[in-house]
Amino acid sequence: MWLSEAVSSGPQFFYLVPLVVLFPVIGLLVNTAFGGRMSEKAIGWLASAAAGLSFVVAVLLGISLLSYPEGAVVPIVDWITIGELNINWGFQVDTLSVTMMLVVAGVGTLIHIYSIGYMHDDVRFQGDPGRYQRFFVFMNLFIAMMMILVSADNYLMLFVGWEGVGLCSYLLIGFWYDKGENGIGNAVAGKKAFIANRIGDFGFILAAFIMFWVFGTFEFNAVFELAPEVASLFPAAIVAITLLMLVGVTGKSAQIPLFVWLPDAMAGPTPVSALIHAATMVTAGVYLITRSAALYNLVPQVQNIVALVGAATALFAATIAVGQFDIKKVLAYSTISQLGFMVAAVGMGAYVAGMFHLVTHAFFKALLFLSAGSVILGLEHAHHHMEHNSQLKLPMDENDLHFDPQDMRNMGGLRNRMKISFWVYLIGAIALTGIPPLAGFWSKDEILTDAANFNPLAYWMMLAAAFLTAFYMGRQILMVWFGKPRSLPAEHANESPPIITVPLIILAALAATGGALNLPMWHTFTHWLEDSLGHLHAVEFSLQIAGVSSFLVLAAIFLAWLLYGRKYQAMQELPPDKRPDDPLRPILGPVFTALNHAWWMDELYWTIIINPYVSLAHFLADVVDWRFWHDWFHDTVIVGGYNKLTQVLSIQIDLGVIDAVANKLGDSVKRTAAKWRVIETGYVRNYALSFFIGVVLILGYLILR
Amino acid sequence: MVPIQYFIGLSAILFTIGILGVLIRRNAIIIFMSVELMLNSANLAFITFARMYQSLDGQVFVFFVMAVAAAEVAVGLALIVAIFRNKQSIDVDQINSLHG
Repeated sequence: MWLSEAVSSGPQFFYLVPLVVLFPVIGLLVNTAFGGRMSEKAIGWLASAAAGLSFVVAVLLGISLLSYPEGAVVPIVDWITIGELNINWGFQVDTLSVTMMLVVAGVGTLIHIYSIGYMHDDVRFQGDPGRYQRFFVFMNLFIAMMMILVSADNYLMLFVGWEGVGLCSYLLIGFWYDKGENGIGNAVAGKKAFIANRIGDFGFILAAFIMFWVFGTFEFNAVFELAPEVASLFPAAIVAITLLMLVGVTGKSAQIPLFVWLPDAMAGPTPVSALIHAATMVTAGVYLITRSAALYNLVPQVQNIVALVGAATALFAATIAVGQFDIKKVLAYSTISQLGFMVAAVGMGAYVAGMFHLVTHAFFKALLFLSAGSVILGLEHAHHHMEHNSQLKLPMDENDLHFDPQDMRNMGGLRNRMKISFWVYLIGAIALTGIPPLAGFWSKDEILTDAANFNPLAYWMMLAAAFLTAFYMGRQILMVWFGKPRSLPAEHANESPPIITVPLIILAALAATGGALNLPMWHTFTHWLEDSLGHLHAVEFSLQIAGVSSFLVLAAIFLAWLLYGRKYQAMQELPPDKRPDDPLRPILGPVFTALNHAWWMDELYWTIIINPYVSLAHFLADVVDWRFWHDWFHDTVIVGGYNKLTQVLSIQIDLGVIDAVANKLGDSVKRTAAKWRVIETGYVRNYALSFFIGVVLILGYLILR
Repeated sequence: MVPIQYFIGLSAILFTIGILGVLIRRNAIIIFMSVELMLNSANLAFITFARMYQSLDGQVFVFFVMAVAAAEVAVGLALIVAIFRNKQSIDVDQINSLHG
């Protein structure tokens, strides 16, 4: 077992790696068993402690890797052994997996702490305080599953974690399963996420099948060693495996065509959006491709496809983000766009750039989502107060009945009222848009440089996406924080308590300084990842590309200021019937409507896939199953036939034949008896005559023989 | 002397007459008489053969036959009396209640 390995592998802490999974599992089990009797604070802090301890273990593993960069594989149990198939659960501790562990556990712990405060308010707004415990159980389950994903030493164990995080995503999106449109909207969103992910999983599973068929094993090290040989003998297999894994990635990391679940996933509570749909789960696809670098490096044509899918998604989602009014939806499409950047990067073979962007994106996207949550809470609180506080009873118009605390059109001028949230949001936005020297600039710049060198088409698409990113973030900042408040709750919103703002400040610090991970001079991260991925090309800093992208970003922010600065306020002065809901609408017209409706992608999918499928299902159920099978085949053919058969058997055969035989037999015996009865005359003389005849016959026989 | 064949012939004739009597006559007592006749004819046959073979065995057997005949008549007449008490008639044709 692994204990004996501990003595031989290294004096460091590699053998502690099962604890990264174990701590969250213990957390969730204790919360499940005893949460009903614990106070909210206890539940929240226990869950956060579990995540925090996971982080501590990850840090220890990182420290161990400094002395032992090659890492270790820590086997745990033999899981499946069938014939030649031998799959074990082992933990692979190397720089790549520890990077992911640090991000997941670090950002995860901060989000857990944030959620202690956020969910306290949220369960009260939604009216069910008892559900607090459930949230933290699911969050810990997510951390455990994500850890299994990133620490696995073979593809199948990775898939266990992959599916586990998909399950947690479903559970947490549908956390308020009885709320949403028509009372089921959140549950429908959860279902959509699960199904879209499942389609991706299908691709992954097919890739796994082909991998087993060709390689005979799922373990990373074994597969990567055999890969060059297989590539020369059977290149189509590697192409198939990598393409099918790409399908899985498009599902999990929300790329074209399976991204449609992520905007709907915003139905879940904001910490969920931050943790799962921004920082960690959706990055699992990027991690998968990076881990499989040895395979992707052998098939440049597939790499091209991955890069183009990523770049196209980046541009596509960025356009949609421009036309959204919900604060979380903007961030959701922004996430899809940034994931596109990451996927494009790892698709081009720039694994370091992709992973670097993954880490920095986790910081600033989580920060943005959590601050958005702080804003939403502030507005909800103010709205709540105004509804129930008679002193503050101000004239409310009919819009307040359906007040949407997430709609940016209801916000404005919040920077004076929620100062900390404003500053951290600003830092996050600047990091996202890629303004130096914050983290996003370094990572995005590295991706753009790699793209310019390897894939010009992807470069241009991502440059356009970067421009739009800056534009929509500028738009969002101006709409939310600047100008005058556009609704009564916005006028009375207050800052959130420290339990919410302190994690934000920590994340802001990380977003600001995270660029230090891989500054072009020192390439710290590149060297760190080289220990897992082999020789990696360190990208030189290109002043030209940095200059072009920075210029575009500043131009976009300037454009946003033109449209959403003073012009937006001027627009608000117009009477309601002449006032467009957004300055872009008169300029872009129908294009803006398309952007707002996400280019009608959902409607497209409904028309070409889902509606035919539902019709087919109805047809199969009503016509084939009920009318044909049940009504006709069962009732008419089988039951009717059976009834006829029993009729024939009982009447014609049982009564007709068998009874007739029995009766006739009896009748024949009677007739025979009747015939023979005439001998019994009763007359003695007849009997005497028969004696006589008999004696004569016998004596005659005896004498004459 | 008288030839043996005449005695055998007489015995056979007497036996036949006895058989006919048993089969044809209806009166029970006449039937018994016929039976006696048959027995006597058998006796005659025994004696004839005793004479022919100069053996006394046949003559001794006649005594047995006569004793048996007497016993039989006693039982038979008792039966006839019992039947008469029931049927007030000794017509054997009237004893047919065992007919089928």
